[in-house]
Amino acid sequence: MKPAPFDYHAPTTLAEALALLDEYGFDAKLLAGGQSLVPTMNFRLALPEILIDINHIADLAFVRNEDDGLHIGALTRHAELERSELVAEKAPLLAEAMPNVAHSQIRNRGTIGGSLAHADPAAELPAIMIALEARFRIQSQSDDRWIAASDFFVDLFTTELEAEEILTEIVIPPLPARTGCAFLELARRHGDFALVGAATRVTLDNLGACSEARIVLLSVGNTSVRAVLAEQSLQGKALTGQNIRDAALIASDQDIEPPADMHATEKYRRQLTKVLAERTLTKALERATSAP
Amino acid sequence: MNVCVTVNGKVYERVVEPRLLLSDFLRHELNLTGTHVGCEQGVCGACTVLLNGDPVRSCLIFAVQAHEQEIMTVEGLAPAGTDKLHPLQEAFRDAHGLQCGFCTPGFLLTLLPFIEENPNPTEQEIREALSGNLCRCTGYQNIVKAVKLAVETAERGE
Repeated sequence: MKPAPFDYHAPTTLAEALALLDEYGFDAKLLAGGQSLVPTMNFRLALPEILIDINHIADLAFVRNEDDGLHIGALTRHAELERSELVAEKAPLLAEAMPNVAHSQIRNRGTIGGSLAHADPAAELPAIMIALEARFRIQSQSDDRWIAASDFFVDLFTTELEAEEILTEIVIPPLPARTGCAFLELARRHGDFALVGAATRVTLDNLGACSEARIVLLSVGNTSVRAVLAEQSLQGKALTGQNIRDAALIASDQDIEPPADMHATEKYRRQLTKVLAERTLTKALERATSAP
Repeated sequence: MNVCVTVNGKVYERVVEPRLLLSDFLRHELNLTGTHVGCEQGVCGACTVLLNGDPVRSCLIFAVQAHEQEIMTVEGLAPAGTDKLHPLQEAFRDAHGLQCGFCTPGFLLTLLPFIEENPNPTEQEIREALSGNLCRCTGYQNIVKAVKLAVETAERGE
């Protein structure tokens, strides 16, 4: 199991990387953390002719807080996000999910931009970004655009990124007032891909009723899936135990068409969805109640 | 391509193809065969080495990416020039934390920074720390015991 030959480029600036992508397009692959790309190259499932290693572009790795939210450079490694006090303060849902992102050795190399661009439906980060209404900066030599996380993920391992584009930056807006979030997943072994996971966000109005709920599920479809009907069922309602249980049932019965595979049956994924939706909604409510 | 890398404190320079994995570079170019290659797809953790102090899977990094970086392999654990083992290795031996030994180098290098950063880990933390490494002999019980033993030994200042 050895990768096929390729030409290796290691640009030190974004401009150089964009120029290379512009020149080679589909023949090139970006190498960030490599924790998903290199296994597929070892299997020769991926046979890029050109590998553009972006690890030397120091400008792409940062975490900083600005007025419009938390800005994260695409090359920021998972371990950095896991340790970051700024992430824990400004995006607690992301901080809560990070220890579940693979194993420590992989978090030391893997990057947030790489994980998002890879768009694995079992990955935590896409679901977190949709739950937090993050937006992504996408650059090419001729363009510089922003896209909402909810519009970015198209299908299995497929995103809105064109061949000559790089995802360079992620912005997570500040949470509204009276908002709480929670993340939970179930995996057979800590750090493995989740059988099902749920990233949930709840915002309460002045009277304590639910003004907005977001429930984003992972490992139940070709992309992260929003449980839209369940979210709507909670709108304007008091988040009583019964209402939360009803919403969880809607999520598991109506919002998803989960796949069956060697890891879990469809029925089991629905059961897990119900349990995780209920638990994350309950936790998010608790946090929203004590939030400023 | 030219690769200049420091492994266990020693500088090596080689000319290699970009597609050469770091794991194969260590074994075939530098003859440091203590780093074991299990699955070659980032699952088993046997090839774990320290890259600038952090455990990483050497089968998921190209050797050219280690250019001008610092690597530590299992050969760098025991103090040089003595027949002594590193205390973590001693603990693995004393607690029967290995049987066939194939996975052991990966476990040791995963656990080395973990123990330094967590001088008093719970069993749950230990199990999470070694969740990225597969062992097919021990059933992990004795590996967990070895970590506890290493921590206790360090606490007593031995």
